[in-house]
Amino acid sequence: MSAIAGHYSYWVTVFLMVAGLYILIARTNLLKKLIGLAILQTSVYLLYIAPGKLIGGTAPILANGFTTYSNPLPHVLILTAIVVGVATLALGLALVVRIRETYGSIEEDDILARDIADADG
Amino acid sequence: MGDHLAVLQVVLPLAAAPLIVLVRDRGFAWIATTVVSYACLAIAVGLAVRVATAGPISYEIGSWPPPWGIEYRVDALSAFVLVLVALTASLVAPYARRSIAAEVAHDRAYLMYAMYCLCLAGLLGITITGDAFNIFVFLEISSLAMYVLIALGRNRKALVAAYQYMLMGTVGATFYVIGVGLLYLMTGTLNLVDLAARLREVEDLRPVLAALAFITVGIGLKLALFPLHQWLPNAYAYAPSMATAFIAATATKVSVYVLLRFYFTVFDPSLHFGDVPWREVFIALSVAGMLVASLVALFESDVKRLFAYSSVAQIGYITLGIGLDSQASLTGSITHLMNHGVTKGAIFVLLGGVALRAGAMSMSVNSLAGLGQRMPLSAFGLVIAGLSLIGIPGTAGFVSKWYLIVAALEQGHWWLVAAILAASLIAAAYVWRLIEVAYLRPAAADAWQRGEAPVGMLTAALAMVALCVYFGFDTTFSVGGAQEAAQLLRGTR
Amino acid sequence: MRNDIILRVIAKIFVPFMLVFALYVQFHGDFGPGGGFQAGVIAAAAIVFYALIFGLDAGHRLAPEWIVEKMIAAGVLVYAGTGFAGIFLGGNYLDYFVLGADPVSGQHRGIFWVEAGVALTVSGVMLKLFYMFTGRGREPEDA
Repeated sequence: MSAIAGHYSYWVTVFLMVAGLYILIARTNLLKKLIGLAILQTSVYLLYIAPGKLIGGTAPILANGFTTYSNPLPHVLILTAIVVGVATLALGLALVVRIRETYGSIEEDDILARDIADADG
Repeated sequence: MGDHLAVLQVVLPLAAAPLIVLVRDRGFAWIATTVVSYACLAIAVGLAVRVATAGPISYEIGSWPPPWGIEYRVDALSAFVLVLVALTASLVAPYARRSIAAEVAHDRAYLMYAMYCLCLAGLLGITITGDAFNIFVFLEISSLAMYVLIALGRNRKALVAAYQYMLMGTVGATFYVIGVGLLYLMTGTLNLVDLAARLREVEDLRPVLAALAFITVGIGLKLALFPLHQWLPNAYAYAPSMATAFIAATATKVSVYVLLRFYFTVFDPSLHFGDVPWREVFIALSVAGMLVASLVALFESDVKRLFAYSSVAQIGYITLGIGLDSQASLTGSITHLMNHGVTKGAIFVLLGGVALRAGAMSMSVNSLAGLGQRMPLSAFGLVIAGLSLIGIPGTAGFVSKWYLIVAALEQGHWWLVAAILAASLIAAAYVWRLIEVAYLRPAAADAWQRGEAPVGMLTAALAMVALCVYFGFDTTFSVGGAQEAAQLLRGTR
Repeated sequence: MRNDIILRVIAKIFVPFMLVFALYVQFHGDFGPGGGFQAGVIAAAAIVFYALIFGLDAGHRLAPEWIVEKMIAAGVLVYAGTGFAGIFLGGNYLDYFVLGADPVSGQHRGIFWVEAGVALTVSGVMLKLFYMFTGRGREPEDA
């Protein structure tokens, strides 16, 4: 039982990771794929930050009376990763907007059908 | 300034990009990009010379000693890849002016140059940094810039290609970060050299092997390892010619560098010599990639997609060398990084010149009929580069394939030699198809006739073609550097 | 939304507080959660909020497009410049130890400037993204 309760943050991480991947692969709507990507990236943030909090550790700012501090490095790493995620999401959304303008649809099947029609016609 | 060469290598293109955005002028953007590319080449060569004479260079960012701070570390392998990337940038950037003017809207050209500089900074950063998370940061900088570069293509399919590449590339980078996260959880450090030392003392191997798996798949997505290569043909085919030429010669090669770093510098051989059949998996996937991609290239009608699939096959050769894991095979792999970079770069630069004259973005093989008469120099360059692709003796491609065959024979894998030769034969088939169409078929009545490619493009292209031939004869740099790097990588055993 | 009086009044009260809060988060990054990225996003959110209520043209008057684009580039150059300052003063790149009279004040100064550069770039990027996406529906212009 402690395997589940003691490590519940890892279980959440795994669930988010797999859910994000599934949405990314299984959905044909381009926007939904981006959402799946965002969920996948969120799971990674959890993977880094949750173990950073030490049991009994306080915020990583020097203060009197505390000896155990939580690890500040994962927060710095994940801030970088969040910014990268934001940039990727922004770029993905910009691409989806442009695809919508040129193809008229953001469903993968429609786009593929239009490309095939172009190639034949 | 000489002490700071390592950091200038990355910071110069990184600072040039916002400068280009500030000034906005197209001409200034081109000049800044060219100057920065040449400066990066000079720095890369300087670093390579220094490493060859004095040993690995370590530079502390912010004067924090590693492993607390980020360390930029140049050794034989990094220097080799740095020179490759900088060389490609220097050859492609000057010729870009005509190509970009023809393919990208004028008021947005400066943004493409800024992206080019950022991509260059990212690729150089991946190669030079000694910190695992820093690799991810630079990986994403270069990848995001690449998605933008590809999306600027004229054909609307470029947008879909960039989107597809973005999805797969970001999943790859995310997997890489998961792997690095697991390693950090087990060892508490992110510095590559320190990771190697601490991994030896880790007791519970399961997270470490999981990390290795995540990193392999993540980087495999970036380097278009079969079957993770789906993004590559569309991305190369629909991107602007300058972007394809630059990306084809550098992006996947730098990802191979990351793979080599993790497999040979970070992970102790005893960790993955055990029950994990990583070598067999690599060999199987490489052979599949080589044969399948070559066959698809054979039946491809669009010229750029043909050579894109050919790239997937050539990457198969490189990962085959990693899977064989011997001094000769690693030498072959690392040499092929340089040789294939130069060969594919030449091909895509030449195709860029053809596309400029053709006025249309996608070209079918049949539309190249009579190229020998219409654009004799370009056609000649394509022939030589094609021969290097096949691996004819006297060209660069032959040298790396020779080492791979020798390595396969050393280990008694006759079937592997047969596979390598079969893939080369198929490459010969599609190159011959091109030669036949270009030289033996008369030009169609309605084909374009606008003369040879512009001089700027032609000089860059023929310079790369000349390198294809040069590296086929004088291998002191290509093989010598590769041997040094291979020895360094396998030095622990 | 500009005809709704409640929204207008609330917006006029809130926007200055949001901007001041952004500055607070920016400088408080040394002692608590905060720093350049968060501050930049909050500052941009204030302008976006204003533009949502009073219209895109009012937003453009407050933060013109060309200024926003220059902000993005300028922020990165401020960061790179801090790094180069470290080199010119005798240390390595991004060396904060040499930036002040003693190492601690040098660190303080270095962090201040790089966070300022980050906030500048991030707020510029967020605003630029907002302008790009909202500008799309209005004039369906070229590629």
